Amino acid sequence: MFSNRLVNILIPTISVFLGLLVGAFIMLGFGYNPLTGYLSLWEGAFGDSYFFGETLRQVTPYILSGLAVAFAFRTGLFNIGVEGQVIMGWLASVWVGLAIDAPMIIHLPLVIIAAALAGAAWGFLPGLLKAKLGVHEVIVTIMMNYIALYTSNALVRNIISDGQDRTDRIPETASLTSEWLAALTQYSRLHYGLLIALFAAAIMWFILNQTTRGYELRSVGFNQDASRYAGMNVGRNIILSMVISGAFAGLAGAMEGIGTFGYQSVKGGFTNIGFDGIAVALLGGNAAIGVVLAALLFGTLKVGALNMPTGAGVPTELVDIVIAMIIFFVASSYMIRWFLLKMKKEGK
Amino acid sequence: MNYVIEMLNIRKEFPGIVANDNITLQVKQGEIHALLGENGAGKSTLMNVLFGLYQPEKGEIKVRGESVKITDPNVANRLGIGMVHQHFMLVDKFTVTENIILGSEPIKKGTVDIKKAEKEVERLSELYGLRVDPKARIRDISVGMQQRVEILKTLYRGAEILIFDEPTAVLTPQEIKELIEIMRALIREGKSIILITHKLKEIMQVCDRCTVIRKGEGIGTVDVADTNPNELASLMVGREVTFSTEKQPAQPKDVTLAIQDLNVKDARQVDMVKSLNLEVKAGEIVGLAGVDGNGQSELIEAITGLRKADSGDIRLNGKSITNLTPRKVTEAGISHIPQDRHRFGLVLDFPIGENMVLQTYHHEPFSKKGVLRYKEIYQKAKSLIEEYDVRTPSVYTKARALSGGNQQKAIIGREVDRSPDLIIAAQPTRGLDVGAIEFIHKKLIEERDKGRAVLLLSFELDEIMNLSDRIAVMFDGSIVAEVKPEETTEQELGLLMAGSKQQKAGGQ
Repeated sequence: MFSNRLVNILIPTISVFLGLLVGAFIMLGFGYNPLTGYLSLWEGAFGDSYFFGETLRQVTPYILSGLAVAFAFRTGLFNIGVEGQVIMGWLASVWVGLAIDAPMIIHLPLVIIAAALAGAAWGFLPGLLKAKLGVHEVIVTIMMNYIALYTSNALVRNIISDGQDRTDRIPETASLTSEWLAALTQYSRLHYGLLIALFAAAIMWFILNQTTRGYELRSVGFNQDASRYAGMNVGRNIILSMVISGAFAGLAGAMEGIGTFGYQSVKGGFTNIGFDGIAVALLGGNAAIGVVLAALLFGTLKVGALNMPTGAGVPTELVDIVIAMIIFFVASSYMIRWFLLKMKKEGK
Repeated sequence: MNYVIEMLNIRKEFPGIVANDNITLQVKQGEIHALLGENGAGKSTLMNVLFGLYQPEKGEIKVRGESVKITDPNVANRLGIGMVHQHFMLVDKFTVTENIILGSEPIKKGTVDIKKAEKEVERLSELYGLRVDPKARIRDISVGMQQRVEILKTLYRGAEILIFDEPTAVLTPQEIKELIEIMRALIREGKSIILITHKLKEIMQVCDRCTVIRKGEGIGTVDVADTNPNELASLMVGREVTFSTEKQPAQPKDVTLAIQDLNVKDARQVDMVKSLNLEVKAGEIVGLAGVDGNGQSELIEAITGLRKADSGDIRLNGKSITNLTPRKVTEAGISHIPQDRHRFGLVLDFPIGENMVLQTYHHEPFSKKGVLRYKEIYQKAKSLIEEYDVRTPSVYTKARALSGGNQQKAIIGREVDRSPDLIIAAQPTRGLDVGAIEFIHKKLIEERDKGRAVLLLSFELDEIMNLSDRIAVMFDGSIVAEVKPEETTEQELGLLMAGSKQQKAGGQ
């Protein structure tokens, strides 16, 4: 009745649907009308071109942080440190943007590369520790997140600015903002970063599926013993995977640093871009195209939610619950898979 | 007729294939009934139907004459059906007793009554002659004892009908003898046994009757007393099978592999290979005989670069390959058919096609400038799969979905195709049926005749005797004897393997 490919598409779709359904019940339970609630969410995300622009802007870093998590996953690693790598990428893009004076054609690529390198460096260390000493990457990357957060705060306050809470704005030559895109969307903050994110998704697909390096990375992800037997250097592949994953995360940070905001500020807490990336990767099945679609959904929910309090009087906290529900159903997709297989059996 | 189990005209389909078609299996009270068939013939499917893991599309199951519907393993347990799995389902860190009672623990005041459980385990183990130490941890006991724990698990749950799934595949010759005694003791106590196997010798030795299935179809049931191994083999395969592999005398040439004074430690830093010397010449098959755990695995891992040698020298065609990386060893001209095909031989979640280039993907024509060329890869895979008779729905099917025999044929195809100077075959036919074994033996001899050196590790004395031109017996980390198969007997080999007989100087 269902082919495997269909099952793989059905599972996230059903997960999302169930999440929305449970969210509707919760809204009902709190005395809100779920229909007007979801309607204003839709309005808030796609209602006019400004909202649509903001949605796409929000989708951009999600694509990259989702790719970062997914890439590591495919090599059998759980990179929880995407959050920290995002912060470092953000910081590096702004810092290099401020420190250097150059024409855009040099400045902009330089800033983007700096962000990727900073994220990559932040991924390299846990990769090295895992490959050489067998230290579990989850523990190291969690700690690296805190180091990133407070390093960034200290640098912003004491080195990059004069005791301020945020840096100066980066010059136009280092910025991804686009007059044209902004004008097109009633002056939303949409920027060229979306193109970078989509390009990165294509890169991930290409590396993993089309290159010998990707063949090794996938092989190591599935079976380290067989990879060693076949002559692959398992440790080197683990490090490389974390470095590439970190580079994607660093780019996600640059999207905020030189795209949306144009500065780095002292942060009271995590950006959550990296943590949301875990959910995006999970929902997207760790595949490039899946990540893009999942990021689209997350961005929509995030931005659309902003309209729910004004549009329907539903508090934003409820939207967070709906998102949590969707993640819950994705994480327990085993349940849905089991159910589908059962139907498949009995449907014959 | 007093049947304890009747499976009548069972049909079980999976998408695209019929795994069981019209199979009838009737087991009498108190008999050992063999279920014989090639790999992928549908034996496991049939037993999973009986054990409640699959529901049949058609057919009827009767237990003690009553029609039943076995919807899950718990129902099977309640009906007194117990399964001794081929791959043990034990918790490593638990004791023997804890494993046996897992899921049906005796409770006293809300806690597990371990004393009572231990007593019960001791009682059962004495009754059936199943020697175990109730307090030992699973990770500390031998494979044979782990299997006895599996058997006790089913008995503890009150099983009357025991299904043994290829129980001898993992055992040494001594352990097999013990298992046969245990099966006889079980019958004496009124149990009935279904033995899934493709080893004809065992069927002849212990079984009363034998039901044969071939390609999912029931071929029939025969009384073992009225048949012989040849008849059983042709029933199973559907054609005549030759047992002793035909081969010409070897014509050994130059020394291909030369090992001198090799010492290897295992992960716990215990010396496993001790001052070992061994030579394998081009054009001969050297059989490495020995009881499992005498350093054979460590020896092979040291040759192939998977484990560091402590000291000593390994040479291939005169060049030292000691402690090179696995890739350098491979490219120096060694192929390795690994003992554990799931752990080392294949990436099970890769398509079978991608598994065929596991060592060569970075060479042309399979990739160019770091970019894979799937067309070439799958073309190669298709030709190998055809040549080595790997039965798979397609080259895009995940390796995991293939039967053991077909996985092994794929590995052998991949390893032999690289035209190596030395082929290391570690238990190449473990768990395979006679058809596949015959094929693999023929291939190894073919390679020998092409002038390749073959080092064969096997725990099956039959295989060692049949295939080797020279037998090196390994005991406690060293080669204790070298004999010619035509000048020795299985008895003598057994004694040499047990270390109780040292070869006199100068051979013989």
